[in-house]
Amino acid sequence: MLEPNFNLTILTQYFDRSKYLNNKKGYIKMIKSLKKFSFFLVSVALLIGLQSEAFAAKKSKTLKKTIKQDFVKCGVSQGLPGFSNADAAGNWTGVDVDVCRAVAAAVLGDSGKVKFTPLSAKERFTALISGEIDILSRNTTWTLSRDADIGLTFVGVNFYDGQGFMVRKNSGIKSVNQFKNGISACTNIGTTTELNMRDFFNSKGISYEPVAFEKADEVVAAYDSGRCDTYTTDKSGLAAQRTKMKNPDEHIVLPETISKEPLGPVVRQGDSTWEDIVRWSLNVMIEAEEYGITSANADSMTTSDNPQIKRLVGAEGELGAALGVPNDWSLNIIKQVGNYGESYKRNIADTGILPDRGPNQLWTKGGILYVAPAR
Amino acid sequence: MIKNLFTTKPNIRSLKLYVSIGLIFLFFSFLDVFLNSLFDINLTFFFSDFISFFLPLTLGYIGFYSIRIEQTGNIFLDTINKKINSTSFNSVLTLLSFFAIIKYSPPLLSWLVFDANISGSTKEDCTGDGACWVFIKVWFKRFMYGMYPNAEQWRINTAFLILFTSIGSVYFVPEKYKNYLISFSILGFPLIAFLLIYFLISGGSFGLEWVETGAWGGLSLTFIVSFFALIFCFPIGIFLALGRRSSLPVIKYSSIGFIEFWRGVPLITVLFMSAVMFPMFLPDGTYMDKLVRAIIAITLFESAYMAEVVRGGLQALPRGQYDAAKSLGLGYWRMNLLIILPQALKLVIPGIANTFLALIKDTPLIFVVGLLEIAGMIGLAKTNPKWLGMATEGYVFAGAVFWVICFSLSRYSQNLEKKLSTER
Amino acid sequence: MFFKKNKSYLSQIITILLIVSIFGFFTFNAQVNMDNRGIDFGFSFLSQEASFDIQFSLIEYSGSDSYFRAYLVGLLNTLLVSVIGIFFCTIIGVIVGIARLSPNYIVEKIATFWVEFFRNIPLLLQLFFWYYAALRALPLPIDAINFNDISYLSVKGWYVPEFIWTNSSIFYSSIIAGVVSIFFIYRFAKKQREDAGKQIPALSLSLLAIITLPSIAFLVGGVSLSFDYPVLTQMSKTIYNFKGGVSIPPELMALALALSLYTSTFIAENVRAGIMGVGKGQKEAAASIGLTTSQVLKLVVLPQALRIIIPPTTNQYLNLTKNSSLAAAIAYPDLVLVFAGTAMMQTGRAIEIVSITMLTYLTISLLISGLMNWYNKKVAIKEK
Repeated sequence: MLEPNFNLTILTQYFDRSKYLNNKKGYIKMIKSLKKFSFFLVSVALLIGLQSEAFAAKKSKTLKKTIKQDFVKCGVSQGLPGFSNADAAGNWTGVDVDVCRAVAAAVLGDSGKVKFTPLSAKERFTALISGEIDILSRNTTWTLSRDADIGLTFVGVNFYDGQGFMVRKNSGIKSVNQFKNGISACTNIGTTTELNMRDFFNSKGISYEPVAFEKADEVVAAYDSGRCDTYTTDKSGLAAQRTKMKNPDEHIVLPETISKEPLGPVVRQGDSTWEDIVRWSLNVMIEAEEYGITSANADSMTTSDNPQIKRLVGAEGELGAALGVPNDWSLNIIKQVGNYGESYKRNIADTGILPDRGPNQLWTKGGILYVAPAR
Repeated sequence: MIKNLFTTKPNIRSLKLYVSIGLIFLFFSFLDVFLNSLFDINLTFFFSDFISFFLPLTLGYIGFYSIRIEQTGNIFLDTINKKINSTSFNSVLTLLSFFAIIKYSPPLLSWLVFDANISGSTKEDCTGDGACWVFIKVWFKRFMYGMYPNAEQWRINTAFLILFTSIGSVYFVPEKYKNYLISFSILGFPLIAFLLIYFLISGGSFGLEWVETGAWGGLSLTFIVSFFALIFCFPIGIFLALGRRSSLPVIKYSSIGFIEFWRGVPLITVLFMSAVMFPMFLPDGTYMDKLVRAIIAITLFESAYMAEVVRGGLQALPRGQYDAAKSLGLGYWRMNLLIILPQALKLVIPGIANTFLALIKDTPLIFVVGLLEIAGMIGLAKTNPKWLGMATEGYVFAGAVFWVICFSLSRYSQNLEKKLSTER
Repeated sequence: MFFKKNKSYLSQIITILLIVSIFGFFTFNAQVNMDNRGIDFGFSFLSQEASFDIQFSLIEYSGSDSYFRAYLVGLLNTLLVSVIGIFFCTIIGVIVGIARLSPNYIVEKIATFWVEFFRNIPLLLQLFFWYYAALRALPLPIDAINFNDISYLSVKGWYVPEFIWTNSSIFYSSIIAGVVSIFFIYRFAKKQREDAGKQIPALSLSLLAIITLPSIAFLVGGVSLSFDYPVLTQMSKTIYNFKGGVSIPPELMALALALSLYTSTFIAENVRAGIMGVGKGQKEAAASIGLTTSQVLKLVVLPQALRIIIPPTTNQYLNLTKNSSLAAAIAYPDLVLVFAGTAMMQTGRAIEIVSITMLTYLTISLLISGLMNWYNKKVAIKEK
């Protein structure tokens, strides 16, 4: 009954009036069966669609995909020392890299199961939206328009920063108040830097020439060759890029900070379980430092007296199940990646980029890192 | 006699006299420019700057004027006179060209060859003033193969070998199967190309290590993209050309719309579209690889140009062919595959070669989607902290590589055109 | 057979269904994707504030203007670099094309070398070379290359004096009057030639007109011109810049250079094909009726050669305009970089912006092709 009675000759007979009138009954029968079949198809499709809708609410598609492919797809920069940088052998290190490693440790139990995709500022959001990567950990500034308007969700801040300017030491400029009309400034295209730069120069009433390139390396080369008088981006980026220049000592970063740049990881909108996993992986790293849990003593902390410490090392509670990850997720993060302080020290302080943690210190020690408790 | 010299035109009677006078003047003018450019010696320093600037030109002009004797009987002199000294204007042009060559080629040559460094392995080994070819030597494998693992590079070489042999074997097809050549090239080549990319170069099965497309790069990526885009755009272009000439209005106008659309937009926006819009058009959760998207975009773009080329060939065929084929009772497809297309395609082989040339020259644009073929690799290398400032050497090298490839291809297509036109 | 008679309808219907289903599939997916991400589709972002500045623009623009105005700035920059490129590539192309036909061996070889050299290197590579290698090697402003203290060439750009007009509108109207009068002079000359066989020196008359009319405006109309010269000013201990005058950014120079040199080779080939395409018999017949060499060129060779030259040359102009989109590779703010680059990255509206950009280029292409078709029909030799 459900099989369509589709007969090509009958259909083509429709176009010939005389033959159609002869076989009108056969034609009508065929049309009826076609209708029935299409109703059947549509109902089946709807059923399947509704089912998948129901499934999606329970388990995140990204989580399922990550478990299936056995690695986390992480989008990083094209080489920014301290945040995401690959050495000659292809090993990636940096605080942004550590966020992805933490997610891998939480979900897959092994912080090495990450595939890094270097992205320019232009392709970073489209790579995330299209599914080429699942986490964008690329010192991206959290702004309203990015959060609300382009289909992405920011899940936290792993580095509080601000925008600054870099000039040559021998230019004699010691402060941004010494900038004069007609200065040329190099920056990356399509970043908050471009917009903040404009706000800053406008507020000071200085006319300037913006020169914006897509790749960070092009920007640095342009600044180095003298095409621009100053280079502007997040201060952490300035410090990192300075280590890559021909003569790092020839350049200084001016003391003023002209904007707020909270940098953090980004995920796609619409997958709340995955959002939670990334958010809480980062939070666990920070909270572990707050309680003094390090990668070295994490195992011994399972017998601690403090119930929150026990929860953080997975010795108590079922926090993992709420996120859909194994219960030793937080222990794996702390053991394999370390807490936030270890990550910062290893990547940014010890390499000489920014020895002083500034606002990126725990709230108990004068900084502004205050995260929700994992309980 | 001296008065005679200045008032009479150089003539064949006092041949030896005029030629020797001319040669003396020419010698001095060239000597002046020569010494000036190579050794910075100014022979005429006792004259003012203005005079010594124009002195070689005047001397040379007088020299050429005196040797301008028609039909001397001396082959050497006659050739020179005919080719570079036929009128005063021509002699001035010749002089200017020679002077420009003498003045500007020594610095160029010394930068390229004489002062250049090629031995060594770090930037410090570039001690001379000239080009630092050490940079190219160190990065050569990267420029050729991109980030492809060194151990697996034999796979790329093998893939191209297979491709070339399969294209070359077209010549050795026995007479019996020549009719099916067109169908084979429309259907067979894309299949071979697809299998090569999927299994050999990308790997992942049959024990070959999987190399992600982000690691492909360098000149091999240029070739991969151009060859595969050409092979895939060939059948699409043929279908579009046939569609444009069809009498069915729907097919005709959709072909025209398709062709005019892709011809009217720049390739860079097409690549933007593939990088940014394609993912939106795919079902949620599916992810199409970057390289695949880029090849699809380039294929669609070039197929419009290929369609116009093929259409030119179809139009050039005499109507008699169509009528004869129809009178034999051949259907539309058999007529096209067996009779029309073989002749039309033979007519436009130069056009196809031109499209392929344009395709090769357009491949550097895929940096837009983040793929690094040779120009992109050079961009990467020149901003490496250890190798800053090598932009000129890098781009000269890439330019030379492309020039050799494109020049040989254009010469080949010109020869092909000559060979095929005499056949008629 | 019955089926065969209506096969044409069937295949057309299948084609329509195929096209509709493909479009429908894409649109449906896009809809689903956008819903999932919370993005919506619409062109209202065009009136939002752009909040980014553009380095070089022909019209007044600041960051508080709308994205639509940024689009206009990008479009004008594209047209600017295309016009400059077309101008120079035509001049160079014609010279090189004629040089390729020269009987002088050296000159012909040099021209051939020029064509083969610039044609076989990809445009992007030439652009990269000019911008990153050649123009980056220019000196800093303090050591700028000095042209008689009127203009300066440095790594930051080429500084030329700015023309400051008073009563410029009178000047512009005098130029327009000159152009109109040239038009009338040519029509008059043509009429005289056809009716009475008299040759009027139309070229000299037009030159006279275009020079005298603006000069009259200058002297009597109160138009005056003054220059604002660029002056080296110190901005800090080692940073110098030029104040005053107009600065031409090195991005624009590199792009115009690369485009002109590359396209000039194609124009040269077209010119050569055009001149060679005029049969030898034409030149000989013209000489035999007593025309001088320049008259032969002007009245017989050039009109016929132009008919062969102009269609492919217009195609090359179109290619040049489309190739100007390569500005996205260097920091020249043309339509692609400003709109499909910065604006898209700031708003995230990929589909709308890329569609608008492609539509703009499509419109320009179709307009030029339409014009060329009209021209072709007008000058087509009416064959029997």
